[in-house]
Parts: sequence; structure tokens; C-alpha cells
Amino acid sequence: MREELHPLGVEIVTVSLELSEPEASRPFIEAAAPEHPSLLDPTHKLDTLFGVVNIPNVIWIDEKGIIVRPAEPGWPGPTQYPESFAKRMAERVAEAAKAAAEAPGEGGPKPPDLMKLLRTGQDRDSYPDAIRDWARNGASSQYAMTPDQVVDASQPRPLEKSKGAAHFELANHFWQIGERDAAIRHFNECHRLQPENWTYKRQAWSLVGNERAGGGEVGRFSQGPLPGEEADWPFDTNFNDDVAELEPGQYYPKTIE
Amino acid sequence: MILNELEIDPITFQTEMGWEIKPEGACKGELCVPLADGFDLSSTAERLGMALVHDEEHGVWALGPESVNGRALVTAEAPNLVLSDLDGKEFQLSSLLGQKVVIVSWAPY
Repeated sequence: MREELHPLGVEIVTVSLELSEPEASRPFIEAAAPEHPSLLDPTHKLDTLFGVVNIPNVIWIDEKGIIVRPAEPGWPGPTQYPESFAKRMAERVAEAAKAAAEAPGEGGPKPPDLMKLLRTGQDRDSYPDAIRDWARNGASSQYAMTPDQVVDASQPRPLEKSKGAAHFELANHFWQIGERDAAIRHFNECHRLQPENWTYKRQAWSLVGNERAGGGEVGRFSQGPLPGEEADWPFDTNFNDDVAELEPGQYYPKTIE
Repeated sequence: MILNELEIDPITFQTEMGWEIKPEGACKGELCVPLADGFDLSSTAERLGMALVHDEEHGVWALGPESVNGRALVTAEAPNLVLSDLDGKEFQLSSLLGQKVVIVSWAPY
């Protein structure tokens, strides 16, 4: 995608929202072998600065540094995963499907119907066409918003959301210094105040999920208790249960026609 | 931002939170919010709708982002995002002025 867009004056900047060490992001960045900036955002600044609430979320900024589309679900192009990761992930999804058929339970990789739900809302396949249109037509593109429209379309933020973000910062702070109980307390409060923020949720779940799943390439994608370990899960929420409560189109809301 | 005490100088406040303290008040983009008694962390945070959360046990505070206009964005002017890459090298979003930019968030989870 970058090879196509860059000659048209568009630069891609990828940002990893992962609070643990840079090495967690390295295999994915190196698999993409990017020529564009690939940055690390351990404190999830993109959420507080731009209103990002999920991944992938995309923000468009014009040549003068003015945002023309605020944070929204977006897929600029196909993702290149590390080969070993893609293989292991496919194995895990197959294992989970088999386990679900034999003995339904919570946790582990996403069951097939959740995968279908994740594909509702914003259309992934046509998103690159919107970016191409803006690359060619700039401000006259139907997809470019005015400054007032951009502000109005940005994520709603009452005071309680600011509080949720503050709790996330505290959770991160305490996790980094090994104060796990304090971190988990603040993560839970953050999730309660910002239930629509999936970076805050998935980040927290992945930290413990990764430990329980034994690390490795796909450990972080374990975002709930392992089957049989539900009572031991420290969070009030988990991926499978939270997503199961969503209506179609709520996880990646449609913002582009 | 994380704070150990409820006191900060206006320059650090601007660097961390993106609001410049001017005679007319706290300003970001085209918006200026009057500050009756000048800059003071607690009262300025309250005016800007920035939550101040205290972890009493550990004596640490966190200051949340502004909510003064009920939206994540107060202005369409992009903030100067400063983040590091894998090699620890700092990158400033403003270095890309003159190009269209598409920021893509992702995660290894």
C-alpha cells in the first residue's frame, strides 16, 4: 500500500499500542519491513490525543497538519504477519474450534461466530479506495472533512472518560514497576469508565492472558481465562464475553459509506 | 500524565497536555479557556475537564486528557505526536508536514 500511496504524497505511520517491551512489537514490524515510520506508543497516547478506541484505528492528516478524518476503524491495506505467527494463529483457531465442539467454555482464541461479528460495521475491503480517493483529490475528496466536522465526529468524551484514561495511565505505571494488584485495580476501573475503549481492555487482558497461555508468538492474543480457570481471572471483563454482548457493527462502527 | 505532587510549571503542562498558558487563558488550537486566577494545576485541570485521579496508597496522581468540549478533539489541528521507534529513536509527527499522513494504530494482541 505504501508503495502505491507514497508517490501520491501520502505517508503511512504505524503505531503499536503495547505497554510492555518493544520486543513484543518487533516481529510484526520486521515482517512488514516498512520504509515508513513504525512507532511505539506504550502509554496509548493515541487514545488521549486523537480519540483512538480500538485497533486498527486510522487518522488522516493533510499536508498542513490538519486532521481531515478523526480516528475510525480502518484498513489501509493487507497486513503482513510474521510467517510463524500466522501459522501458529491458524493452529490455535483450529484447536479452539475443536475444543468448542467437544466442550464449550470461555477464554482462548475467538470462536468462529465472534470472528463473523468482528467483520460487521466498517467495510475493510473498500477502505483503501477511500484513502486512494483522498490521495488523488485532496480536500475535494468526498472523504475529507472540514475542521468543524472533524471535531464533531471525534470520540465523545465526558469527564468520566478522562477519568478512565487517567486510570489507564496509573494501571500502566503500576504494571511497569511490578505493583500488579494496583495495576489490575486501575485497569478494572478504567474499563468500567470506558467500556467502549478496546485498546484499554485488550491491552490489560493480553498482559495476563499472555502469562496464562505461556507466552510465545500468540500468547498476547489470549484475552480471557483458560477453560477451567475462570475463577482465577483478575479482570471484571474478558474478550469473548464482552464482544458477545455487542450488536453487529458496534465493534468497528461504520463511519464511511 | 503521572504526577507525584499537585504542582507543575506551565511549560511542562504545555509539553505534556498540549495547552498553552497565555494572558487570555489556556489555549489549544482556536480555543482559549479563561483562567480566573491564572495557571494553577488543580483549578486549570477542572476548567479544562481534565480528571485528576489519586492513588492514595502509593501517593501518585494521574491527570487525564481534556473533556472541556465533550469530545476527544478540541481542534482539528493535529497535535505534535512524539514517539520512539524500535531503536529508541524519537520521531516527531511534525517532520511529515508537506505530506498527507495516515496514522494506523495496531497491537501485537
